[in-house]
Amino acid sequence: MWEKRNMSITRKALLGLTAGAVMATGGLVAQPAPASAEEQVVPSLVYRTGPFAPGGISLADGFADYFTLINERDGGINGVKINVVECETGYNTDRGVECYDRTKNEGSGATFYSPWSTGITYALIEKATQDKIPILSMGYGRTSAADGRFFPYVFNFPSTYWNQATAIIRYIADQEGGMDALNGMDFAYIHLDHPYGKEPIPTLDVMAEQFGFTYAKYPVPPASMTEQKSIFLQIRRQRPDYIIMWGWGAMNSTAVNEAASIKFPMDKFIGNWWSAGEDAVEAGGDGAVGYKAASFHGPGDDFAVYADLKEHVYDKGLAAGKGDQMGRVLYNRGLNNAIVAVEAIRDAQAHFGEGQVITGEQMQWALENLDLTAGEIEALGVTGLVPPTKVTCENHEGLNPAILIQQWNGSEYEMVSDWVPAMTDLTRPILEAEAEAYAAEQGIEARDCS
Amino acid sequence: MEAFAGLFGIDPFDLWFFFEVLIGGLMSGVMYALVALGFVLIFKASSVFNFSQGVMVLFAALNFVGFIELGLPIWASFILTMGVMILLAFVVERVVLRPLVNQPHISLFMATIGIAIFLEGFGELIWGSNIKPLEVGIPDDVVFMGDAMIQQADLFAAAVASVLVLVLALFFHYTRIGRALRAVADDHQAALSVGIPLNTIWVIVWSVAGFVALVAGIMWGSKLGVQFSLAILALKALPVLILGGFTSIPGAIIGGLIIGAGEKLAEVYVGQMLGGAIEEWFAYIVALAFLVFRPQGLFGEKIIERV
Repeated sequence: MWEKRNMSITRKALLGLTAGAVMATGGLVAQPAPASAEEQVVPSLVYRTGPFAPGGISLADGFADYFTLINERDGGINGVKINVVECETGYNTDRGVECYDRTKNEGSGATFYSPWSTGITYALIEKATQDKIPILSMGYGRTSAADGRFFPYVFNFPSTYWNQATAIIRYIADQEGGMDALNGMDFAYIHLDHPYGKEPIPTLDVMAEQFGFTYAKYPVPPASMTEQKSIFLQIRRQRPDYIIMWGWGAMNSTAVNEAASIKFPMDKFIGNWWSAGEDAVEAGGDGAVGYKAASFHGPGDDFAVYADLKEHVYDKGLAAGKGDQMGRVLYNRGLNNAIVAVEAIRDAQAHFGEGQVITGEQMQWALENLDLTAGEIEALGVTGLVPPTKVTCENHEGLNPAILIQQWNGSEYEMVSDWVPAMTDLTRPILEAEAEAYAAEQGIEARDCS
Repeated sequence: MEAFAGLFGIDPFDLWFFFEVLIGGLMSGVMYALVALGFVLIFKASSVFNFSQGVMVLFAALNFVGFIELGLPIWASFILTMGVMILLAFVVERVVLRPLVNQPHISLFMATIGIAIFLEGFGELIWGSNIKPLEVGIPDDVVFMGDAMIQQADLFAAAVASVLVLVLALFFHYTRIGRALRAVADDHQAALSVGIPLNTIWVIVWSVAGFVALVAGIMWGSKLGVQFSLAILALKALPVLILGGFTSIPGAIIGGLIIGAGEKLAEVYVGQMLGGAIEEWFAYIVALAFLVFRPQGLFGEKIIERV
């Protein structure tokens, strides 16, 4: 009797719990419009909730708004409307995989995926390759996937993490008077304790040996992103010449705040381009002034395309989310991703049939043959927002990986460098060796890219 | 300090640095204790482990900074947020606790998980997910003791926590409501039989926990900005609770200090040898080690049940 009563109570509690969960999340996850076979379905794996939401919302909004612009201004791509289907991952790899499975057969099928997470990208590589749906992990994900011979369906242009790391080191060298100045320097590398944060370590090791610098690694567990006092105590003792950061979410702002609190010179604190959002510095007040971060596009809204976005999206009340992310660094990153995707879809249509819905396989062809020139970029009104990019069968990272460095002035980021090229001669052999090792492990034959 | 270092042949900077880590750890511990206090209050009064306390910190801070962003002065935002937290206490009592009165604690615990998930989503729905800077005038400079750098914000937090603990201790021991709260904690039915209104007591204790959450939220929000990752602070409070006992206010503070200092010293002096990032699990190791000798925690109540 007691057991029966107890079970019923537990069931009640469970029901209450479920109701709470549904109430809490139901209104937040964007519901996709029903997809039809005539629409180009673009799934969007977003994280609008949870500790990574400050960056995730900007990315998701920028991504969605550009497709809305194409639908509203141009009536779609050669008449084919784009249906963005959002699925909330919370930046969790398992939920990301679930979102992939749930959305890949929407309408005529998914065109491509931008997981916005290195963990999810890693988890989807084999599935997506099997399903012939490209993964567009722009500036993140698995570095060795840049070797198109073994990773036909993964694209990580305009640069991989390894090359971004080499470009940051080159920038530091430039600041200090040349590559020779690196000899004897000491760095602190603070990173999310996650596949993403560990990704550039092999390159840093190689560069440390080659250029004669040393560096200490400081992993930040995702559950402790907001508590980094012990790390910055160690950094204070280490007194590094520079801090390099591979952070995400709340980790970025906490690190910037802690660095300011130990009076670390902020112009010697350089984040990668996922530590480059306004969320990293806004909470830091004056202490964050001088912080630098990498990027591959400009911040702000001083781009011609914004006039069209205003006319066709914002003023019509069609902006994604709360419509308050325009001009933010990561919003521009979302735009950037969508712009490239639209141009690839356009190329695929030109090749396989204008005005038709393209398949994932056709999208793969288009991404692999992408050649966005400065002239085309200017015609789109996105100069400074998208770098010229040329992708080949062998090289899915693009032929000219490079970074820009931006600096926080207290109210906005401003560009303080020209393009800083990566050291591809250093990274490409390691990258290819890792890709070959992966292929041997998986029994994958190299594609013929000749 | 220099003479002491010279005596043992240690570099004075290393000694000052040890002192800095120790103080930094103790101060972090105070911040954990601020969150742990809210758990203790509700557990004392209802024997319920309130899983939603971490989210209450976030929710209170979100409302506070939200009202400030709407143009209200700090004091008005504080009062309004307190009003929201009291309203929340009423709703929780009426909708969640009352229907589950005298039910097994696991049911109440699970209900608080529901409250946590709801509050997180609800807060996000109303105030959005962006990081919101919070500036309430807490000093953010540093002071030097020898070569040791001490954050003024940490000292301020320690002062706030001390006052809070003092006020709560006096409240629990010397007021009628405080005694009633303790009576309810001991036995719901016995408390009811002597005329203590259980429902009112629950509203009061959830309101007080809401107040503690607001103070913790302001302290943490000033440090990091108000952001959703504040909710994961609950994880930092857990080892403090295990160590300090779930029913002791001084235990939360002492537990916080031990966990804070222990984890920081471990991370700085042992962490790099083990690849770093050990403080998260090390805190639990410290707590569990104490449990071997004092299963009820440092200051928890030792309850003997005869069968």
